Amino acid sequence: MENFSGKIWVLGDDIDTDIIIPTEYLALKTVNDMAPYAFSPLRPELAAQIKEGDILVAGKNFGCGSSREQAPEIIKALGVKAVIAKSFARIFFRNAINNGLLLIENDKLRDAVNEGDEITVTMNEAIEHKGMKYPITSLPQNLVEILEAGGLVKAMQKRNRF
Amino acid sequence: MGLTVIEKIIRNNIGRDVKPGEIVTVNVDRVMIHDIFIPFVASKFEEMGFQKLWDPDKAVLIYDHLVPASQVDDTRHFKVGNEFVEKYGMKNIHRADGICHQLMTEAGYVKPGNIVFGTDSHTTTYGCVGAFSSGIGYTEMASILGTGTLWIRVPETIKVHITGKLPENVMAKDIILKLIGDLGADGATYKALEFAGDTIEEMSVASRMSMSNMAIEAGAKCALFTPDEKTAAYCGIALTDKEKDLVGDDDAVYCQVINYKAEDFVPVMACPSNVDNIKPVSELVGTKIDQVFIGSCTNGRLEDLMAAAEILKGKKVAPFVKLIVTPASRKIYREATQNGTLAVLAEAGAIITHPSCGLCCGRTGGILTDGERVVATNNRNFLGRMGTSKVEIYLASPKSAAACAVAGEIVMP
Repeated sequence: MENFSGKIWVLGDDIDTDIIIPTEYLALKTVNDMAPYAFSPLRPELAAQIKEGDILVAGKNFGCGSSREQAPEIIKALGVKAVIAKSFARIFFRNAINNGLLLIENDKLRDAVNEGDEITVTMNEAIEHKGMKYPITSLPQNLVEILEAGGLVKAMQKRNRF
Repeated sequence: MGLTVIEKIIRNNIGRDVKPGEIVTVNVDRVMIHDIFIPFVASKFEEMGFQKLWDPDKAVLIYDHLVPASQVDDTRHFKVGNEFVEKYGMKNIHRADGICHQLMTEAGYVKPGNIVFGTDSHTTTYGCVGAFSSGIGYTEMASILGTGTLWIRVPETIKVHITGKLPENVMAKDIILKLIGDLGADGATYKALEFAGDTIEEMSVASRMSMSNMAIEAGAKCALFTPDEKTAAYCGIALTDKEKDLVGDDDAVYCQVINYKAEDFVPVMACPSNVDNIKPVSELVGTKIDQVFIGSCTNGRLEDLMAAAEILKGKKVAPFVKLIVTPASRKIYREATQNGTLAVLAEAGAIITHPSCGLCCGRTGGILTDGERVVATNNRNFLGRMGTSKVEIYLASPKSAAACAVAGEIVMP
């Protein structure tokens, strides 16, 4: 995967899947229809502000709660390049990778940045912010393959030569 | 070096020793899909280009969140599900038999040592019989249906050791709520919980189920109980040596060990609106309530209904309180009818509903509105789960819930 830079949006701890997409919008037809309501219980203006290539930086337990897969799909639909958090809830982590959304764990960056800052991610090495480097670990190869295929559906299509 | 229970289950599945942190591909013994997700699973499965299920007999489809339909659109899920079952030759389908997590063990789909995945986050429940079971999304379910495999990260294990005799008014629900409060909502993320000690050995499989069900509320990947004679009787099997060996070795490596004395537990509730916001019931006494819900995959079993009936026998539900009772399955409903439990509850003024997820998933059967308070035996008290976001949900044991129904306010069981 390629290295990238982007502007960051900063969120807190325990951002649950009901905050990412409230149940009342889950019945809308497509993920693109739902995307404008992302994070609305917490920051109703945020979805409209996020631009293609932006990065979310959050605290611990990002994506906790239900198994709804629309949560990572919507974040990806908003154009978010990656989510960097102190930790991720387990089901959200899998759902994100399976939908081709890059997640990076780092427990120090969140408390050092301000919203609107620019960061640079060098894959499998470090995140750079204002001259400071925050080391990151590499993702296991099988997950990189799913991400590079563009998600699990595409990876399976490749397997099935569909 | 010794092994934890989850390390043994994965070793037995893939045929070699494993260490926490390793990524391995496991062979899946059983999958569960519920009504809410079946349309998404079906479309992803076909989009992926699969022509057939890896093993139709290993897949189970259960309608429970939407049963019976409360919105016209709900019926689409049944239609898509029925077509999928027909097209791919599945035999295991339950259209109105109860809640998925209850049925998976009750109907014998899950055995000790199995690896099972389900589309609902409370799939951790089957750890009650010593199975590794966990929740996943619909895309991964579609890929398992085609391949029969899934990658997993071998989790570290937190051991929870409990010894002694529980006080009379304390139930397994109080133990798991206390543990979630102590760990926090993310305290067991990516990790396995493993329960041991003589208090656990004394517990019924139904009580163990209440605990494994709620493991996800601390973020856990799974929650394991060593299979014993009670497990064997519940599953209707004789345990093999391999199954009996699903116990944490003395020299196994744990990332954390938590010890409790059973005598120290007190009745507790999870207060609005986080499952780890735990307070002793004694501190909440006098809080007025509008409704009580006894049911769900956490606490809708026969022993739960009987515990409530014991408290409600010869008494009446407070006049301004609605008590809603939802048995977790058709079998439990029948048994509770036959042994007189439902008659006692009805006599006390309970509204008894059909077996299903009911109020727990906030679609039917007792939706509340702004400013109302409910004491409920299910597993989540998130904002808006049972109606508007200004409803206050207190999670409690069936004994605590029944006592509150009579008093019309929070009281000690």
